Amino acid sequence: MAHYLIVGTGVTGVTAINILRTLERSSEITIVGDDSHGFYSRPGIAYFLNGEIPDKQLPIFSKKDWKMLNIRYVKGVATHLDPRKHQLEISSGGTLKYDRLLIATGSTAVPLTIPGAGLKGVVKLDDYEDTRHILSLARHAKSAVVVGGGIIAVELVEGLMARGLKVHYFLRGDRYWPNVLDEKESHLLEHRLAEEGVILHYQTEAAEVLGKCGKVVGIRTTKGETILCQMVAVGIGVKPRMELAKGAGLATDRGILTDETLQTSSPDIFAAGDVSQVHDPQSGRSIIDTLWHPALDKGKIAAANMTGQRSTYTRSVATNVLRLAGVMTTIIGAVGSGVDKDLVSVARGSSETWHELPNTISLESSGDINHVRLMIGEKALVGALVMGEQKLSQPLQEIISSKMDITPIRHLLQAGAPLGQIIMDFWSNNKIPEGIS
Amino acid sequence: MGIQISLRREFQRREVLVTGHVVPKRTRCVQCGICSFNCPIGIDVRRHAWLGEPIEASQCLTCGECVRRCPRGVLSFEKTDLFKQGVEWPTI
Repeated sequence: MAHYLIVGTGVTGVTAINILRTLERSSEITIVGDDSHGFYSRPGIAYFLNGEIPDKQLPIFSKKDWKMLNIRYVKGVATHLDPRKHQLEISSGGTLKYDRLLIATGSTAVPLTIPGAGLKGVVKLDDYEDTRHILSLARHAKSAVVVGGGIIAVELVEGLMARGLKVHYFLRGDRYWPNVLDEKESHLLEHRLAEEGVILHYQTEAAEVLGKCGKVVGIRTTKGETILCQMVAVGIGVKPRMELAKGAGLATDRGILTDETLQTSSPDIFAAGDVSQVHDPQSGRSIIDTLWHPALDKGKIAAANMTGQRSTYTRSVATNVLRLAGVMTTIIGAVGSGVDKDLVSVARGSSETWHELPNTISLESSGDINHVRLMIGEKALVGALVMGEQKLSQPLQEIISSKMDITPIRHLLQAGAPLGQIIMDFWSNNKIPEGIS
Repeated sequence: MGIQISLRREFQRREVLVTGHVVPKRTRCVQCGICSFNCPIGIDVRRHAWLGEPIEASQCLTCGECVRRCPRGVLSFEKTDLFKQGVEWPTI
């Protein structure tokens, strides 16, 4: 009887144990995790932070679900992996043997490295425990400074505002998320944040966190300006948690390198989720995504392959649906290029492929906060961004992911054209039939 | 003309409410649980999204609370075939 060992209790690890249990009813399955709260919605912590849901809403599985899975759960940090002996050491002192192992350790926030970054009151938003920590500090804080970019920085801004703090948001450049959003989109979101009372500081970089008795009392910028605050919230990107893989001598780059079956450089070890950098046979490159659904898909594929199947992970067009500054926004495929100075690595909830825009024409149509931008390639759409009304997001996701030939409508896609109607008509005539009518 | 279009849309909306279900788009869901938390009668809407299944519970009021509250546009009202399949009167 095979023994499968999973390291990580996030969506990738838990999806993997579900699939393993479905495929093999009697195998021994062990999951090791260092998050004391087990499996919960990681993206959901932003809504716990802003008060939309209580923390009891975060766990996804009930006790009954866990019982039905019939697995062994080991709480602890996986400290050392020996691929030759097929064993894993745990911080509690135990050693676990395995036949096949999956590393699904996810990613962790990149810490701030400026002087004062270790003071009490410098916070990140990685997990449930971080959220509780922020909430406990927020009860006694009057103002906060948020540094960073992408989704997490804005979630921190909105969460702290919702908790009654005066919030300053530092942007190193002229606008928010410049390698994903265009100028108009950035300014729309900035404007909405400002309307909510957020104080935006452009071309502003933190130089030092100021402290007293070990606690944050302010922040000094590189221009020499000082802002008094009791909290500095950081969202400058995430990095894969690959210490275990490195210690075991597995091949790594920005993440743990895997082939398209999610196998690492060691035959019985697989890696999936945020920690993995997966080879894409189409582009010949290895790519990192920090998105929920690809993480779930990779968990499925890795699990199937651990049982001896040979499924390959087919990269889907990277898509995420976000609520930024109260505006529902769907990002599909390649929509931007360049670098974002507010991020030192990939942002959580994003994909490296979002800012790898090939030669395209950009066309947009806007009205109030409803906005759509299409990135038009020679024969197909390569990306799209939909803000506000979301009627177009599903059709666009299908058109882009299936690389539909847009030749019949390409000549219609011009400035001032009714983009929404053109896309809806095209999709209605070409859509993939669904199971549900 | 405008009024006719508005009336037709309203009719279609009501028809969907009566003959349809709340349907999740699984690939958009991140299991945050806002839907389940806001359901006035306690349906675990999130579990349906995890499984990718429409809310078939007969208690569902189609009140739209979950649809409106979802921050990621996962849920929508859609006409389904479930009633056609499910309603079969017993013969005596």
